[in-house]
Amino acid sequence: MGQTRSETSLPDAATPPVVVLQGVTKRFASGLEALGGVDLAVARGEFLSLLGPSGCGKSTLLRIVAGLSEPTSGSCELHLGGQSGRAIPAGHIGFVFQDPTLMPWSTVRANVELPFRIARRGRIAGRVRSAERDRVDAALHAVGLGGFEGSYPHQLSGGMRMRVSIARALVTGPELLLLDEPFAALDEITRLALNDDLLRLWEMHRPTILFVTHSVFESVYLSTRIAVMTARPGRIAANLPVGLPQPRNRAVRTAPAYGTMCESVSAALAAAMAQASSS
Amino acid sequence: MSGLGQRAARLFAPLVIGVLFLASWEGVVWFEEIPPYILPPPSAVAQSLWFDGPSLLGSLLLTLRITLAALAAAALIGGAIALLFSFSRILELSLFPYAVILQVTPIVAIAALIIIWVREPFLALLVCAWIVAFFPIVSNTTVGLNSADRNLLMLFQLYGASRTQVLLYLRLPTALPYFLAGLRISGGLALIGAVVAEFVAGTGGAETGLATRILEASYRLAIPRMFAALFLLSLTGIVIYLLLDLLSRRLLRRWHESALAEEEE
Repeated sequence: MGQTRSETSLPDAATPPVVVLQGVTKRFASGLEALGGVDLAVARGEFLSLLGPSGCGKSTLLRIVAGLSEPTSGSCELHLGGQSGRAIPAGHIGFVFQDPTLMPWSTVRANVELPFRIARRGRIAGRVRSAERDRVDAALHAVGLGGFEGSYPHQLSGGMRMRVSIARALVTGPELLLLDEPFAALDEITRLALNDDLLRLWEMHRPTILFVTHSVFESVYLSTRIAVMTARPGRIAANLPVGLPQPRNRAVRTAPAYGTMCESVSAALAAAMAQASSS
Repeated sequence: MSGLGQRAARLFAPLVIGVLFLASWEGVVWFEEIPPYILPPPSAVAQSLWFDGPSLLGSLLLTLRITLAALAAAALIGGAIALLFSFSRILELSLFPYAVILQVTPIVAIAALIIIWVREPFLALLVCAWIVAFFPIVSNTTVGLNSADRNLLMLFQLYGASRTQVLLYLRLPTALPYFLAGLRISGGLALIGAVVAEFVAGTGGAETGLATRILEASYRLAIPRMFAALFLLSLTGIVIYLLLDLLSRRLLRRWHESALAEEEE
């Protein structure tokens, strides 16, 4: 376990935010307006959940932060690895998709090594330094997959594949981890286990996490702050700090404060949806 | 059914059907006293296979050489064309219709022309067989190269992969099963192309392929020999298919659905 902070772990005001979004809109070529002016700042070390109904542009927002998509208007600035702006060197951002998104023809090890192999550009393909091999081993151990290095994705369960995906996102030691509804396709038992694993990893390495979900319970259990989004075109409707004690564990789920928080987040979500349908 | 029983059934069930079919064929010919120039009994075909076998094998060799050379050319050139298409959408849009035109033109209709244009007979037959065989590979491989997982593409983009890296690590492995499926279709087509072209154009030289032997046998009413040549031809087709199927399974056995099903039974 990392440092244990007592009550709310609100980030220090001194360090600049990792992500700053200002008036970000996104209109697709089809005319679909996905985002309608998003203002959001994510502080270093924060676990921020983006909560909203399906199709509210959460994933689009995540892709803009990752630099995989450009906003139609507004600005998205990152402060990572001592660099600022839009062009962040590879490896400072980790991304986990809703599907495990693994290469079926590669072993677990080769899948997790992918970021290093891509970084080896120009050298002989496939050669990975021994230090990097150690980091792959460490990442696989961290997600509980030590001993599965030689397996192929089809030999693993859905939950284990998602763990491989998380290990790949962690292997470069990213300061910013973006997760796009990573557990939505998993069964309840696996999802709860992975929730705890993600919390443990976050407490250990303290990356800044931007976590997209449509589950109120998941967002309350995991995050330090929840940004509630409206239906399309998505905007931030509410910013709710989660004041539950750290580190979180399963006992939190039965605490009265947890229930109260879930209720107020649900109410905020309902309000956000009503606001969108009336406008 | 156990795995072993199922495998035995897969081998023996078609074999039993084949034996039953041949027996009833033999019986009908004897019982109805059908003359051998109308329908030879399997025993006469076997006899012809025994006596004409060595000379037929020589002809088969030529047909086989044309087939394999055409298949290799189809795999190489077809694969290269598909790669070219994957690099440039404009190129694909502008050239693909012509590949289709080449594919739908009956080889029978243009074989004579090709013989005139390409003087060397072996090469002419090779070109004909190639025209018949290359399309499934181009079409399949093009689809395969464009089928890379969208999220994986984004992941490669996130880690700053170059186009070459995306091609090597992502597009080519994705396309491999598609390419192999195309190759299996092309194997049979190359054989058909080689035979049809020879039917139309002959070999023009001292060497003859199986098609010439079939024509020759039909002129002389040596129908059992014709059947023997046909038998060799279909046997060749089956062997080519089985070999390509084996190749496909070998290459994909670690990860692709098509090759996994059996191992996990």
